[in-house]
Amino acid sequence: MTINLIIMLFMVAAALWAVLARTLLKGSIALAIASAALALLIFRMNGPLAAVFELSVCAGLITVIFISTISLVQPFTPQEVAARYAARFKRFWPLLVLLAVVTVICLKCWTFPACGQALPESADVMALTRDLLWKARQMDLFGQVVMLLAGVFGVVILFKEENPS
Amino acid sequence: MNGEFSSLVPFFGFFAILLFVIGLYCVVMSRNFIRVLIGLEILTKGVTLLIIAAGYLTGKVALAQTLAITLIVLEVVVVAVAAGIVIAVYRRNNSLDVTQLRKLKG
Amino acid sequence: MKEAMNLPNQLILLPLLAVVVVNLPLGLRWAAMLGGVFFSIYQMWTMVFLPPLETGFFDLQIDGLSRVLLLSIGLVAFVSILAARGTIRDKRERFYFYNLVLLAMVGMNGLVMVRDLFSLYVFIEITSVASFILIALRRELDGLEGAFKYLIMSAVATAMMLSAVALLLLATGETSFAKVAEQMRLGGSGLPVLAAGLFVAGLLIKAGSVPFHGWLPDAYMAAPNAASILLGGIVTKTTGVYALIRLMQDGMFGTGMSPVLLLAGAVSIVAGALAALGQRDFKRMLAYSSISQVGYIVLSLGTGTALGVVGAVFHLFNHAVFKSLLFVNATAVEDRAGTRDMNQLGGLAARMPVTGFASVVALLSTAGVPPLAGFWSKLVIIVALYKSGHPVYAAVAVLASLLTLAYFLSMQRRVFFGKLREGLEGVKEAGWYVLVPTLALTLITMGVGVLIPWMFGSFVLPMEKF
Repeated sequence: MTINLIIMLFMVAAALWAVLARTLLKGSIALAIASAALALLIFRMNGPLAAVFELSVCAGLITVIFISTISLVQPFTPQEVAARYAARFKRFWPLLVLLAVVTVICLKCWTFPACGQALPESADVMALTRDLLWKARQMDLFGQVVMLLAGVFGVVILFKEENPS
Repeated sequence: MNGEFSSLVPFFGFFAILLFVIGLYCVVMSRNFIRVLIGLEILTKGVTLLIIAAGYLTGKVALAQTLAITLIVLEVVVVAVAAGIVIAVYRRNNSLDVTQLRKLKG
Repeated sequence: MKEAMNLPNQLILLPLLAVVVVNLPLGLRWAAMLGGVFFSIYQMWTMVFLPPLETGFFDLQIDGLSRVLLLSIGLVAFVSILAARGTIRDKRERFYFYNLVLLAMVGMNGLVMVRDLFSLYVFIEITSVASFILIALRRELDGLEGAFKYLIMSAVATAMMLSAVALLLLATGETSFAKVAEQMRLGGSGLPVLAAGLFVAGLLIKAGSVPFHGWLPDAYMAAPNAASILLGGIVTKTTGVYALIRLMQDGMFGTGMSPVLLLAGAVSIVAGALAALGQRDFKRMLAYSSISQVGYIVLSLGTGTALGVVGAVFHLFNHAVFKSLLFVNATAVEDRAGTRDMNQLGGLAARMPVTGFASVVALLSTAGVPPLAGFWSKLVIIVALYKSGHPVYAAVAVLASLLTLAYFLSMQRRVFFGKLREGLEGVKEAGWYVLVPTLALTLITMGVGVLIPWMFGSFVLPMEKF
């Protein structure tokens, strides 16, 4: 459990970095790192399939989407970056205070175990997941298919180059 | 509910709350479309963590895992559509400043 | 095999099939509109004439509540597809529009039939994504901004709802409506209450209730006209309000949320109506009016009684009819006169008699003037409020009807009555693709009002048995 704690601390730190990072590129890379940390955590919590998805889709595909979006829009000049960074910091330092307050409140109200014990691993998570996904939750799979189709329309319509008219 | 169970809930809940606070703050305060999306992603990370933790703590990892997989697939579609909107905005406006748009209307 | 194609399955598989077929390289792109029209008519027909209570493949169910919603979905989709044919000039854009409406229909049909919290979220997402793209369809700055705002608010709402699902999973170990409700009855305190609060807040965002309404006017106004009909008529009602009704009906949250719903509903009614009074843009005014009318539905749910739920569902159906009618009228006006600014319009009733008349019917129904449909549903809501011991809220509901009448009469006077504005002499009545839905919706609004005994017997009262 101590390792889980370290991973989660690392994840929150990465998320914070993603918000405060100087450039958008660094921000999206920090987000990918947070995703990877979450994937590791999911893996340690007996969820290897979800971990693979988190790693490949969230840390991989979404980062690719972010970076290609960033590269399609014009980058700022270094002066602009510096000016915006200063302005950002002015708007974002209350976040650090807020996080500290939330932490204090949580620590006061809850008692944290220094080192909790993981529940015993269930017998065959993989087989159970497969059964659930393909038999009990077909509706969600169907939904995923429709959603992907809608996504295709979105990409086709929105990414299309503008007519020169 | 045994003692061990109840003491583990805050452990994950605390970090999920931290992620929610960071993500929401980023969504509300950011001026750049892409940074707003990063905030949304952090929010979703918190949700994923919460779902997996819920499954882990109730011994229903398999169920939580299936839910998380669906959530991740839907999430990527939303992000792709959002990115499409961002690029289209940029092509129209040559700017990604949220405030420039919000000034137009009250 | 026969069982595999029973009604609930058809309702989600057929529109998907239509989308797939018209997009295959078979030269069938022209069939997209026909597919949409036929399917929506089929959906309405089955909902009116076939017995409800069928269980589909993946535990999909049609009960009384789903039936009313499915009927409204079919109706509004039908209207919106015809209006798109009449007003969207670009062929490609129109093709995409039909496809997206069909996909949104898959989402909405699925979401009113599922019996599982997580699947509910999945279908809400499908509907929402189709709506984002519909709003941004023309890729003009306004539309993109509206879509982005909607996307952000919707994603935050989704995060709240999913956290609630996770908390319920933690507390009960289940996600299906029946099992969660069962567990909630056994012991509902702590985590479940927090979960209920989060879920309701998320749904109120999706429904565009005050104080979470910021995205709604922009999204409605900026969308292409035909898409506004779909959004204003049904999308936010299914994604937000329907889920609230369903969860109340299944006793998922007990009565703990009642005060919140009552307050949110009352504030929405008044704030929406007051904001609508000050608008110049036709569609923006209708958007604020939507916020106000959704307030009535939420208020009615807040009573927590069976009669309150009945009133909410009945008003939801009526709202789908008269709000789509008003949006169709706005579409016709903008299409012919070239502007939605009400201060630049005037006297259009002389040039567009059918639209002008339909607008009068719709506004009277919205304001709750007897014997039109809106009167009856508002009556049910007010009686439900009074009976459950909320006379103050009942009074708010009655008085707000006057506000509704005020802003709509102001609209009618500025757009349709009075002397014809200069420059509008050449305006002609809207084309058939817009007139057919106008007439159909006008007839339904008047018919429901006159045929109220039959409506009550076959649609409204069956909902009460739960």
